[in-house]
Formats: sequence, structure tokens, C-alpha cells
Amino acid sequence: MTRDYIKKPENIVAAKPRLLNDNTMHYCPGCSHGVVHKIIAQVIEEMGVEDKTIGIAPVGCAVMAYNYIDVDWIEAAHGRAPAIATAVNRLNPDRLVFTYQGDGDFAAIGTAESIHAANRGENIAIIFINNAIYGMTGGQMAPTTLEGMKTATTPYGRRVDLNGYPIKISDILAMLDGTCYVTRQAVHTPAAVKKAKKAIRQAFENALAHRGTSVVEIVATCSSGWKMTPAKANEWMAQHMTEKYPLGDLKNTVE
Amino acid sequence: MVDNCYFFAIFEKIISFKNFLIMAKVLGAVEIDRERCKGCDLCVVACPCGVLALQTREVNNRGYNFAYDHDPEKCIGCAACAEVCPDGCITVYRLVER
Amino acid sequence: MEEEIRLMKGNEAVAHAAIRYGVDGYFGYPITPQSEILETLEELMPWDTTGMVVLQAESEVAAINMVYGGASTGKAVMTSSSSPGISLKMEGISYVAAGELPALIINCMRGGPGLGTIQPSQADYFQATKGGGHGDYRLIVLAPATVQEMADFVGLGFDLAFKYRNPVMMLADGVVGQMMEKVVLPPYRPRRTAEQIAEQCPWAVTGKPATRKPNVLTTLELDPVLMEKHNDDLQEKYRIISENEVRYQEYYTDDCEYLIMAFGSVARICLKAIEELRKEGVKVGLLRPITLWPFPSDAVERLASKVKGIIVAELNAGQMIEDVMLASKNVTPVYHFGRTGGIVPDPQEVIDSFYNYFTPEP
Repeated sequence: MTRDYIKKPENIVAAKPRLLNDNTMHYCPGCSHGVVHKIIAQVIEEMGVEDKTIGIAPVGCAVMAYNYIDVDWIEAAHGRAPAIATAVNRLNPDRLVFTYQGDGDFAAIGTAESIHAANRGENIAIIFINNAIYGMTGGQMAPTTLEGMKTATTPYGRRVDLNGYPIKISDILAMLDGTCYVTRQAVHTPAAVKKAKKAIRQAFENALAHRGTSVVEIVATCSSGWKMTPAKANEWMAQHMTEKYPLGDLKNTVE
Repeated sequence: MVDNCYFFAIFEKIISFKNFLIMAKVLGAVEIDRERCKGCDLCVVACPCGVLALQTREVNNRGYNFAYDHDPEKCIGCAACAEVCPDGCITVYRLVER
Repeated sequence: MEEEIRLMKGNEAVAHAAIRYGVDGYFGYPITPQSEILETLEELMPWDTTGMVVLQAESEVAAINMVYGGASTGKAVMTSSSSPGISLKMEGISYVAAGELPALIINCMRGGPGLGTIQPSQADYFQATKGGGHGDYRLIVLAPATVQEMADFVGLGFDLAFKYRNPVMMLADGVVGQMMEKVVLPPYRPRRTAEQIAEQCPWAVTGKPATRKPNVLTTLELDPVLMEKHNDDLQEKYRIISENEVRYQEYYTDDCEYLIMAFGSVARICLKAIEELRKEGVKVGLLRPITLWPFPSDAVERLASKVKGIIVAELNAGQMIEDVMLASKNVTPVYHFGRTGGIVPDPQEVIDSFYNYFTPEP
């Protein structure tokens, strides 16, 4: 009757990764950050590089990412993670250095650092979470907010004549000679999660092999900022976000 | 979510085909860390077999209607729930019985 | 290699001294009048000899954050700039101070405000000693007056930075940065090994071995009680620094009836003026703060009680004078002499200013 008898360690097929610690994450229910944290922890664990890994946390919802993944972290000033990662890797070239940044951090205030770190071909991996909104500060317009999308600072919808166009920063970075791998992924379905995990692993391997800068954009949701249930947000993301930000590899010079 | 259904349709076909060949029974079970769960419902949506549901009355220490295995007999141990869970609350077990 | 006697600019001396001290990394962005630091480092190619990293960043903002990142891993890292660039670095400096990271920042001051001028100035005294960035923090501020001191303060700066886990600013002015003088460069010493760093900086973010918990370098603390505790700890550290690290130099103060206070290149101009005044029988002394923070308040207080007045000479509209007035506790009049706009006064102007304020009895 009960299936408790199969709940044995040898039968485990999926579980919380060891590096994702027991702290309850401060993210809202259904937040994509949690999924990405989990797969980053899995990848570091599977690669066996936790003693070599240095993460750079952003300013934004993921500011306290260091509370959840048990590796060494530096918390950056807003937008400056790629500059910090640059120095960390140049001074410690055998380390796996990755940044974890949101759209405001990576594509607005930190645009200069993002572009120039990628242009120098720094041997770092950039995990870029694009949920088209400023979640931490209460749902204001992000550089990636879609046209017509309502936010706290575009209450009638983003107007390109007032606010400009949503920026496709990964496409810009893919044009730079310093990047070796630029891909756009999502985490809204089990299949997408698997692909995103593979992409992050590729990016981390590129960084360790000194192949240049890798960028993994994750098109994500912000159910609180979008004012939807998490499931509805996933649906809306798949319908609308991927139209402007189509999923798939933008550049891969490694294969 | 089109690709979700598609993925699991294939997945289930593979499983049942394998079962047919080896005459084996795939049993799955999930264990949910109720205190970590925030009741976001994503696992419920992702489960291809209707195993999971959110509590309607009971809440955890943080006040969330946490997820639980509402219909455990249906679980095939595919781990779709664990993949999409943002809080790493779900442990999935699978046993192939011959 | 042994020490070496050379003739060079203050900025060049900084670059040579940095390599010889065993600095791990320099991150900078060109701005007059300090670009020779980056230029000299690039020319010397220390990455081939000591392994020092030298990088021209995309901005001052990026450069200071590279320092923040490098220092987080326990490395000895530095940056340099001049006034407008230092303003850009101020956010990052606040983070470096909050994260209690050792680092050396050099400001080769030029005239302001705004884009100002490329000529020398000392108008960033407030910015360097009172904050500049946000929050309650302090930098240890060293004011070199000679090319030799610019070289020496690289080593002193890093020694203090690591001793107290606190950023150090070398507040040079365009005069000492640009002028050429004889300098004795220190002997080479090796960069620290990973083992030495692990021992000296157990807090460093170097990748987590199985034997310890994760090291996290963050300046965020949302719990007000813990945030206040962090501030209290910082203030306690600043108190200890204030007690132990005050540095200054006195000239002709044994018998002085008047006192001139000046730092950096201006102190040298004032010394010349004092020597001229002494020829005229006027007993003037000079107090030159070497650390602008911690400020030599005790020395000011001691001398203020025995002189008839103090002149504070600076290349600004009156900044260090505020600290002098606080320290002298109103026991003697304090006057200001200053030039701005990049104008460097000659000794005669200091003498004229002296007679403008004081009428010594013959």
C-alpha cells in the first residue's frame, strides 16, 4: 500500500544538491532564482570544483545568493560584478569565477562592465537572469521590460517613445570577439531546466579552460512583479518573453 | 505549456515500452520538505501523473499551503517536480520492480 | 636585487616601488596628472618578472571594483587616479572600507571642482579625510611631500592596509606626482605565496576547501542590530588606528612663536618661507602632518598652546584649517593661506601672508 519502503538512499533520483544549504531562500514562491541556484549548485557539485569556485553576487533580488550556495562569494556593488570577476580571475587564474546578475545589474547600471569584461574575453562565466523587471525594489521597469509591459514605473505600459526599447544585451555580447559562448535558456519546464543546466556546465567548463567569456542568459519570471501566480507567470513568459528573447545558442565557438 | 506535455508523453511512452519489454514495474515516490516549501504550485503543474497537490487547509510554519503527494500510487519517479522546484524541497525515489 | 638610486617623477617612483614591494595587481584608468603610474607599469611589464597583474580598466568605477575583487582574495592590489576620477571611485572605496579590505588608492590631486584643471591642488582633503563615499568610514590618508615619500608610502601604505584591514589613500598632489627628484628605490621582495595569503588573510575569498566554511565578502547587513555592531567594530578599529598611527614632522618648533601648518608639496614651500622669515629674526615653526587621517591633533594642541598664531597653508580654499581649529581648541588665532585653480604659490607669497596676519615684535 504505502510506498515508504522505496524511500531509500539507493533509490534517490533527484534531491536537493548538497551545496544548496538548508537556509530557506528569501525569494518569493515560484521564483526562477531558486531553480537557477539549484542547478548552479548541482553543476559545481558534479564538476567537483567547489574548492575552486568563487561566485560574485549582484545587487538585486539575488544579492544574498551567498546565503544559499556553500562556496566562497563576493557581493558586488550594483552592476560591477564583471569588474570584480575580472580581477579575481586575473589574480587567481586557476579559479572558477562566475557572476550571477539580474537584468538591471547586468544590462542597465553595469552595461560598461558587462561589455568590457566580455570584450577582454575574461575567463569567467556570467549567469544573467532576465525577468524584465526590478524585483528587489518593487517591480519597476528594467532595461529588458517588454514594450507595453506594465511595471511600477511604467504603470500604463512601457512606451518606446518614452522609455526606449527592450535591450537584447546577449545579442550585443555575442558580437564581441571576447565571448566564446552566449546562450539564452529558460527554467520554466523540466526539459528547459535540463538544458539550462547543460548550458551552465558548458559555461563553467569554458571558464576553467580559459576559452573566454561565457554568458548564459536565463529568461525568467517574477511572479510578484508581474502580479501573476508562478504557474501563470511561466506560461506568460513562454508566450511573450521568448518572442523578444528567443531561446537557444546565440554563439558557440567551442564545439 | 505545450513542450511540457510533449516531453512527458514521450517520457511515459519510453517507460511503458521498457516495462513491456522487461515486464518490470516502475515505482516512484516523492518526499517533500514541507517547511522549505512555499506552495508555489509549480511541481503540481509539472507532474505528468497528477501525484501532487497543494494542501488546502494545512499550512507550514511560514504559513504556506505546502505541496504533498496527494495520489502517491501514481508516481513514476520521473523527477519533473524536483527539476522545477525553486526551493529544492523535493526528493524523488524510483524503484524498478521485476 | 638591492635598492637603487634613480632620478624620476613621483608617479614613476610609485610604479617602481609597487613592483619592488611585491604588489599583486594594479588597476587604473588614465587621467592627468597621474597617468605615468599606469604607463610606467605597462612599460616595465612586471607580469613577466614578479607576476604582478596590470590592467587598464574601462573606467575608474571598474578599476576600484577590480581592487575590491582583488583585495577580497587577499591580494595586495592598488589603483590610482586624480581628483575627478577619485570622485568616481568613491562608491567603491566605501565598499572597500565596509568590507574591511586592504588596498592602496593614490590620488594625485588636481584643481577642481568639476573637470577643473590639470594643475596641482589639495582640494580633496575633505573628500579623503572625511569620507567622500557614503557611510561612517575612514581611510588612512598619507600625504607625501617628496618623490622619495611617494615611493616609500607604497610600502607603508600596504603595511598599514594589511595591519588594519583598511584601505589607505596616498593623497599626493600634482606637484609631487610630476616633479623629478632623486629617489632611493627599495629592494625587491617576492610577492606573497598562496600559503602566506591563506595564513595572513583567513577571511580571503579564495575558493572553499573542505576544511572551512564558505568565506563571504559582503557589505550588506539587513539586520539593524548586526549592522550597528559592524559600525561599532569599525569605529573601534578607527580608534586604535588614531592612537597608534599618527605621523607628522616638525621643523623649528623648539623655539617657535608662530606656527605654519601645511602638508604635501606646500609644506616644502612653507619651509623655504620659514627659513627666510627666520633670517629676519621671526621665530616660525612648521608642522607637517604626514597622516592627514589620523590627524596629529595632539601635536597641534601642544604647539597651539605656545604660539601666538597659526597659519594653515593649503592649495585649496580652506580645508585642513577646520581640523587645525578643532585641534587647537581656540587657544590661538588660526588663519588660512591658500591658492586654488592649480596655482602653486612661491615662498614670498607665504611670507607676505604671514605679515598680513601677524606683526612680530622686533
